[in-house]
Amino acid sequence: MNKNTIKSYLVNFLAVIIIFALMKLLMNIGIINRYYQGIIVFILINIILAASLNLATGFLGQLTLGHAGFMAAGAYVSASTAIMIKANFGWLPNIAILLISLIIAGIISAIVGVAIGIPALRLRGDYLAIITLGFGEVIRVIINNIRFTGGAQGLTGIPRISTFDNVFWITVLIVFILYTLTHSRQGRAIVSIREDEVAAEAVGVKTTRFKVMGFAIAASFAGIGGGLYAHYIAFLDPNTFNFMRSVEILVIVVLGGMGSLTGSIIAAIVLTILPEALRSFADYRLLLYSFLLIIMMIFRPAGLLGTSEFSWKSIYDRYKYRKESIIKREKA
Amino acid sequence: MKSRKLSLVLVAVLILTVVLAGCSGGSKGTEVIKIGVIGPMTGDNSMYGTSVREGAMLAAKEINAAGGVDGKKVEIIAYDSKGDKTEAVNAYNRLRDQDGIVALVGATFSGETLSIKEIAIGDNMPMLTPTATHKDVTLNASNIFRACYTDPYQGATAAVFAMENLGAKKAAVLYNIEDPYSEGLAIAFRDKFSSVGTVTNYEGYTAKDADFRAVLTKIAAQDPEVIFLPDYIAKIGVILSQIRELGLDMIPISGDGSDGIEVDYADVAEGMYYANHYSKSDESKLVQNFISNYDKEYGVQPNALAALGYDATYIMLQAIDRAGSFDSDKIIAELSKTDEDYVTGHITFDKNGEPLKSISVIKVAGGKQVLVDKVSAE
Repeated sequence: MNKNTIKSYLVNFLAVIIIFALMKLLMNIGIINRYYQGIIVFILINIILAASLNLATGFLGQLTLGHAGFMAAGAYVSASTAIMIKANFGWLPNIAILLISLIIAGIISAIVGVAIGIPALRLRGDYLAIITLGFGEVIRVIINNIRFTGGAQGLTGIPRISTFDNVFWITVLIVFILYTLTHSRQGRAIVSIREDEVAAEAVGVKTTRFKVMGFAIAASFAGIGGGLYAHYIAFLDPNTFNFMRSVEILVIVVLGGMGSLTGSIIAAIVLTILPEALRSFADYRLLLYSFLLIIMMIFRPAGLLGTSEFSWKSIYDRYKYRKESIIKREKA
Repeated sequence: MKSRKLSLVLVAVLILTVVLAGCSGGSKGTEVIKIGVIGPMTGDNSMYGTSVREGAMLAAKEINAAGGVDGKKVEIIAYDSKGDKTEAVNAYNRLRDQDGIVALVGATFSGETLSIKEIAIGDNMPMLTPTATHKDVTLNASNIFRACYTDPYQGATAAVFAMENLGAKKAAVLYNIEDPYSEGLAIAFRDKFSSVGTVTNYEGYTAKDADFRAVLTKIAAQDPEVIFLPDYIAKIGVILSQIRELGLDMIPISGDGSDGIEVDYADVAEGMYYANHYSKSDESKLVQNFISNYDKEYGVQPNALAALGYDATYIMLQAIDRAGSFDSDKIIAELSKTDEDYVTGHITFDKNGEPLKSISVIKVAGGKQVLVDKVSAE
């Protein structure tokens, strides 16, 4: 790692800590009340879902429409694990229960991702979209028909252990992992598949392996996002994870820019706040929401950030550069 | 470069809307009593939330016209949830923090109510759901009450009605496996009916199915006297049409999801029975007053959800009136003492906050609701 990257990581990490501290401060003095806090938690969960889908759709270039299926698998696994732990090892602190449940949820979702990815990723483009859509629905129908998930009645009694603090740091961790992954050797292999699969194979990139890997990681993080959702809302039913949920996540990715993690973050913030902010328009709320989406897509078809990333360092650099140029000009 | 500037402007506009909307939140006043209502008011299920809202608004209007509660005006603040759990949680948080509601009449759907449940318990918010029928809604929650009966209770009552009033020995059940309401009713009906009679078929379908001829023929082979169809009007209408088309001789029975079926499916629904919260043909002054006032206000006949929203608002405001303060514990204590006649029947609550009331069984005759009997499963 060269000096510049380390510096960039440090600046951004510092910015994240400052944001966290600022939010905690505002919460303590009551400016961010629990209403805003609830919205922030949903934003963070949407960031996890969108960022993980971005790996599959934006970086790997595989259009998938079944992300809600992985979210569902993770949510149900995490919820039932937590219920079991709570019943047998009730003395464990909440954070431990949450972490164990999420890790198991992540692993199971990854396995589901591999199982679906190996046959599905032989297909490309539209065909893959259709087959992932099908698999997403299959997961939902299975949940509907097995007993321990509560079927259509839903699963109740899930420990409510997701809090702003732990969701925030888990989101930071997941985005960090995804960022470093996409900028690593494996990440470049993944991007090369998006750019030209035939050329990538010709230069020796094992396309199937990297496709399945990217898909599994995306599925795994979606499962963790689903787990956090389950532990926040404390009630699950299969209809939560229908096709429309997959589309909602995809909309965040497309709006933010396919291939830009920070774009997904910004889009997740905008699209989660928007329906709440439009509440005062009552019945016209969804009309306005759709209208704004259309406008944004017309003026920014590549998404808010395209494929570029936002970094606090670039702001710092620009500021520094401007200062230097001013000094230079004054000298001249 | 130009498009970048434009996108910056767009983002700025968005942020501005957010900030402005955040500022518009009301302050906590003592002059008005704010009651929250949550339900789907847009989207596929908008009719349900809208009915509850209109019922609640009507109740508040009547109470305000009569001088309010303790001299204070009542204000209903209704938020849309689209039937989505995330939105329902946000709406609840907003009602509590931004609007400062005293009590909640909601939510409309079971899923919404269950996702608010844990938060509301933490807040000790007096909560009375008009329409959430899932059995777990009031479980281990001293602050949560409901105005309607549960799915299991309704299903069991339908079974009792089939056995005792219709004298049926054999029954078939056809239900929607993807819908918690439908499944809840189906399970209860099967369990209750099989204690005395025989359940010949217990068949499921999914929400998107539209052709039931095959399964109906299969059911007809067992020759049941009644067929239990727990679902909503749109689906039941289709099934009934196909039962008529095949010329099958069995009496259809259904739950409160059939409320209003005599309007759209008068000919195929002729002779069917369904359980409901109240009957428009009920001659009590309370019911007829409600129907005429509702008609005057909104220009349509009220459905069962509107009646429940209306009742729930009355129950809640009367409890607040008796409590004489906005203290949650006092309101909850008074809610549990409710013992009065309402549009949907005489209501008292058991220790879990479940209403103890009888169910109106309605027969569709000549395109009209006819009240057959008031039954209870016990």
